[in-house]
Amino acid sequence: METLEQIRDRLAAAFPQARLEIVPNGSPAAQDSLWMDSAQALAIARWLRDDPALRFDYASNVTGVDWLDTTVKESTKSVQVIDGVERLIEKKTERLIPGFLEVVYHLYSMELKHGPLILRMRTGNRSGEVSVPSLTPVWRSAEFQEREVFDLFGIVFEGHPDLRRILMWDGFEDFPMRRDYVEPDDYEFEPTPHDEVLEKAQRHHPEVSS
Amino acid sequence: MNSPQTAAFVSGYEVRAKSGANGEFGGELLEIAMGPHHPSTHGVFRMDVVLDGERVVKLKPVFGYLHRNHEKIAEDATYLASIPYTDRLDYFCSLTNNWAYCLAVEKLAGLQVPERAEYIRVITAELTRLQNHACLGGFLLQDMGASGTPLMYAFREREKILDLFESLTGARMMCNYMRFGGCRCDLPDGWLEQTRQVLAGFPRFLDEFERLLNENEILMSRTQGVGVLSSDLAVNAGVTGPMLRASGVNYDLRKVDKYGIYDRFSFRIPLGDHGDVYDRYMMRILEMRESFNILSQALRDIPEGPIVDPKAKIRGFRPKAGEAYGRIEAPKGELGFYLISDGSPNPYRYRVRAPSFINLTILEDMCLGHHVADVVIILGSFDIVLGEVDR
Amino acid sequence: MLGKGIIQGMVETARNFAGSYVSGDRLVTVQYPEERLAQIEAARNFPFLVYDGEDWQQGLRCVACQICEKECPPKCIYIIKDVTKKPDHTGKLQFQPKVFDIDISVCMSCQICVEVCPFDAIKMDVEYELSTADRFGQLLLRKSDLARPNAYYHRIHPTEATAVDAHLATERAKAAAKSKPDSKPAA
Ligand code: SF4
Ligand code: SF4
Repeated sequence: METLEQIRDRLAAAFPQARLEIVPNGSPAAQDSLWMDSAQALAIARWLRDDPALRFDYASNVTGVDWLDTTVKESTKSVQVIDGVERLIEKKTERLIPGFLEVVYHLYSMELKHGPLILRMRTGNRSGEVSVPSLTPVWRSAEFQEREVFDLFGIVFEGHPDLRRILMWDGFEDFPMRRDYVEPDDYEFEPTPHDEVLEKAQRHHPEVSS
Repeated sequence: MNSPQTAAFVSGYEVRAKSGANGEFGGELLEIAMGPHHPSTHGVFRMDVVLDGERVVKLKPVFGYLHRNHEKIAEDATYLASIPYTDRLDYFCSLTNNWAYCLAVEKLAGLQVPERAEYIRVITAELTRLQNHACLGGFLLQDMGASGTPLMYAFREREKILDLFESLTGARMMCNYMRFGGCRCDLPDGWLEQTRQVLAGFPRFLDEFERLLNENEILMSRTQGVGVLSSDLAVNAGVTGPMLRASGVNYDLRKVDKYGIYDRFSFRIPLGDHGDVYDRYMMRILEMRESFNILSQALRDIPEGPIVDPKAKIRGFRPKAGEAYGRIEAPKGELGFYLISDGSPNPYRYRVRAPSFINLTILEDMCLGHHVADVVIILGSFDIVLGEVDR
Repeated sequence: MLGKGIIQGMVETARNFAGSYVSGDRLVTVQYPEERLAQIEAARNFPFLVYDGEDWQQGLRCVACQICEKECPPKCIYIIKDVTKKPDHTGKLQFQPKVFDIDISVCMSCQICVEVCPFDAIKMDVEYELSTADRFGQLLLRKSDLARPNAYYHRIHPTEATAVDAHLATERAKAAAKSKPDSKPAA
C-alpha cells in the first residue's frame, strides 16, 4: 500500500480545494490518520473506493469521538523597553480550544487486502454545527454505524437514508456517549453497599433502605 | 385510519402496495412485529415487517433492548477491568472477545506476546470457533423446524469443550482469560491431553452431524436459493466472517492479517459460490473441519515457556497517549476494538466493532421478496448474538 | 432418490438413541441434584477472604488496602478500613478491614479482585448453591460470611493454595532477612 503521505499528495492533486491533513498517532501502533474537511468528503471517499491502486472497498469501522473544550495556558515572554530599561515581560493568556465531534472511518481493501486507512472528519463544534456528510452512499456498512454515532454522539449525517436512533429508544433526548453526559437520576434500588449508590437509593426509596 | 392501499410503517415509512403487480396478492399491506420474544429471533430482537400477502416488502430490524452502553462503562473502567465485560459481548465466544481486546491494547502499548501464550490463544480461539459453529448449525436447524435433535447433539459436543474451558479458566462461558501480553494462567496439568481426547472424538460428531441433515431434501429445498447475498453487496455492506465467505469473497483475517501466529498453520479457507442460506450453513461445517486441522497442529507444536510479557503490568497500567485498532477473525466475523488512550488508566475512547451488528445492515436486502417463513431462516443463518449487537 | 437424505438422518438419530444405552460418551446427562459432577479445581464462583490461624477476626490476610475495591469492575466490594492497627495471627500489627462487604447479586465472578490483591487475601470460592428467597439481605455477604480458613482454600484449590503458601513463605523470609540488618545496629 502507498504511504499515507503519497495518498494525501495524490488526493491533493485530485481535489485541489480539499483540506487534508495527517493526524499523527503517538502509540506504537503507528496508525496515522488522514483528516479531511467535510465539503468534499463524499467525492474523496468515492475516489478512495474506486482508485485502482487503493480500492478501499470495505469500511470496517465507523465511530465517533467526543473532544471536549480544552483550555491551554500559554505564556509568551518578550523583551520590552519601558522607561529606557529593558524588561522581560511575561504575558499569560488562556486560550480556549473549542471542542468538536469527530467521526473516524477505518477503511480496508478486500480486493487488494491492505489497510487500514483511517479517515477523520470533524464537526464545527459540539452544539450547533454537528453535521458531517454521510458516507453511506459509498459504503453501505456505514449505514447502521452512522446511525449509532448519531444515536450516541449526536452527530448528524447529511444524506443518510434513514437517520434514526438505533440503540436508544425513539423518545430519548440526550447523547450518552458524550463525555459530559450525566446519567439521569432515576436510580433503581440495588443494595450495593457503596456510599454513593446507597445514598441515591436512600433518596429514592426511603422506606426500603433504612 | 390508513387508506387500504398504504400502511404506515412504525418507523415513519410509507409503503404502497403494488396492486396485483407480478401476480402478487394485491390487497392491503400488513405490518407485523416479529419478536422480540419469539424463540426464533435469537434473543431480544424484533423486526418490523411489512407484508404483501406472504411476501416481505419492507423489513426493519429493531434492537437495543439489551443495550447497556458497554463502551461508556469501559471508558469509566480501567483497561484491565474491561476484560470481563468483553466476555459479555458475544457470550458464546468470550475467548475470542478477550483476544480481540487484548490485541488492540497490545498494539496500543507495544507489548509482545510470548510463544506459548500465542499457542494457547490459538487453541482456545479455535475451540471457541468449533463450539460456536456447532451450535449455530443446531440453532439454524431448530429455526427451520428440526426441533431439538441437531441442537442437542451440538450442545453435547459443546459441553465437552466448555468443560475444557472451565478447567483452564475457571468459568464455562465468561472465561476472562487473556491478559495484555499473554494469558492469565498456565495450562493445568493434563489439559493438553484432555483436549486431544475431546478433539479425537470431534470428527465423528461432524460426520454424524453431516449425515444427519446435509442431504436432507427438506433442508435443501428450504435453504437453497434463499436469502442470496451477492459478493459485491456483501463487501460494500461490510459483511464479514463465514457470511462473507459464503458469498465467495476470500477474506479471512487469519490469512490477511496473520495476527498472532496464524501464519504457522496450514489451513484452507472454504468459500461458497451461491451465497444462500445453505452455503452459509455449509461454511460453518467446513470451517469446523479447518479449525480442527489448526488445533491438531497447534496441539502438536505448543512449546514450553512463559505465558505473559514481563513488561505487562496488572496494576497501574497506563499506555502512552495514542490510538490503535486491533481486529481478529472471531467466529461471527471481524471483531475489532478501537482504543484511544490519553495516558490515563482508563481508555479515552473504547469502541467495539461488533460483527453481528454490522452484518445486520444487509438483513432487509436479503429478505425482500421472500416468504415470511424464510425470514426466520435467513436471520438464523446470520449467527447474531444480541449481547454483541446491542452492546 | 428423493427421501434418501431424510432416511439417512433418521438412521443417524436411531443410532444415537440406541448408542446412548451402551456408550458413555453419548449419555452425558447428569441427574442433578442426585448426581453431581466432580468439582473442577479451577472453577470459580464468588470471592471469599482467607484467614490464617485459629481466630477469623485476627487472622484475616486482608490489610484493607482497597485495591480490589477500586479495580472491581461492577464495584460490588465495599471496605471500611479500621483506624487502628491490630495484631494479626503472628502478632504483627496490621490494618484490618472494619467492614468488608461483597454484594454477590452484583458480582460477576470475574476474579479481577483475586488477581490484583497483593496479599493473596481474597480468593474464589466454588460454592454454587447460593439461591435464597431474600435477594437484598442474604446476597450481601459480610466479613463474617466471607472469612474462610486457609485449610478450606487448600481443600477447594489444592494446587493453587500450595503455590500461594510457598510464595507467602518466601515473602516472609525475605522480609525477615531485610529487617534483620536494620535491627542489629540498634541491638
Ligand atoms: S482483599 Fe486484598 S486487595 Fe482487597 S483490600 Fe484486602 S488486601 Fe487489599
Ligand atoms: S469477582 Fe469480580 S465482580 Fe466479584 S468481587 Fe471480585 S472483582 Fe468484583
